[in-house]
Amino acid sequence: MRKNIILAIFLTVISAIIYACQNASEIELSTYISNGKDIYRANCQNCHGENGEGLGELAPPLTDSVFLEKNKSKLACYIKNGTDQPMVINGKTYQGKMPAFPKLQTIDIAQVTVYITNAFGNKQGMYKYEQVAKDLQECK
Amino acid sequence: MKKSYFSLLVLFIATLASCSNDKKLPIFGEREAKIIKGADGIDRIDTVYQTIPNFSFLNQDSTVLTQDAFKGKIYVADFFFTSCTTICPTMHRNLKTVYDDYKTNPDVMFLSHTIDFKYDKPSVLKKYAEKLGVDVAKWQFVYGSKDQVYPLAEKSYLVAVGEDNQSPDGYMHQGWLILIDKQKRMRGAYDGTKAEQVEQLKKDILILLAEEK
Repeated sequence: MRKNIILAIFLTVISAIIYACQNASEIELSTYISNGKDIYRANCQNCHGENGEGLGELAPPLTDSVFLEKNKSKLACYIKNGTDQPMVINGKTYQGKMPAFPKLQTIDIAQVTVYITNAFGNKQGMYKYEQVAKDLQECK
Repeated sequence: MKKSYFSLLVLFIATLASCSNDKKLPIFGEREAKIIKGADGIDRIDTVYQTIPNFSFLNQDSTVLTQDAFKGKIYVADFFFTSCTTICPTMHRNLKTVYDDYKTNPDVMFLSHTIDFKYDKPSVLKKYAEKLGVDVAKWQFVYGSKDQVYPLAEKSYLVAVGEDNQSPDGYMHQGWLILIDKQKRMRGAYDGTKAEQVEQLKKDILILLAEEK
């Protein structure tokens, strides 16, 4: 009987810990998203639009989930250093120049990327600060 | 008693009706009174309003654009530059919604002046217009020297523009969209970065069109 009670308590504690962990990562994700939204408004919305719709052929939309997923490791470099590479987004070629945002810190870039890849119909979850730091070192 | 209610109601309706019929836009800028001799030989006082002076710019097709292009039309003017990353994309995103609303109305035109006299040559403007996705016959983009464009912006359209070493893009300017009537007078100024002011511009264009018919 006593064994059973101990086992029950043990299981409850374990599941509480797991539940708490999940919650923590969810909280982290929503913190990233809400901070990222502010950064997006201040730096990106001018060109890419409130709903990520882009602006004519001047600025591409941010709604191409496949593109975002495929190029996720390059997004940080695009934001930090700007880019003038042509890109095919939603089947259309964009050749404009994107300005650099050198004043954005690694954490800002992580948060804004998480916002973009979880808004506008995208749902790609977390993209951690540490991964962004790693990706930034690979910029060409 | 009943009668007075009725007359009040009539008065109320009459007031409402007169409001909606007579709406006119204000006339901006300086004005002066001038004495003009009428056809009957009697002197009359007339008000002379500030107007946009004649100009001559190269447009996106490298042809000369003057006020002749806007004869008998009302137009919306603004100042921007193609490499601007701050307010211009928002201004033109909003102005494009106005353009879309009045695309089929031949009496309405749009005129964007670049303030980047170093880089925004006509070919650059042409590419910009194409990418923005507008018909340049209706929405003209013009290039002029600093001496031509800056005084026109500040003295005639009352929009502050300038070079600015502090800003990352190299220029600073205000985001006003200026509404000009058929007599080249300024009838409205709207902050192109604010959606609700741009909505007001759309309504005011209707009022101005009705007024000048």
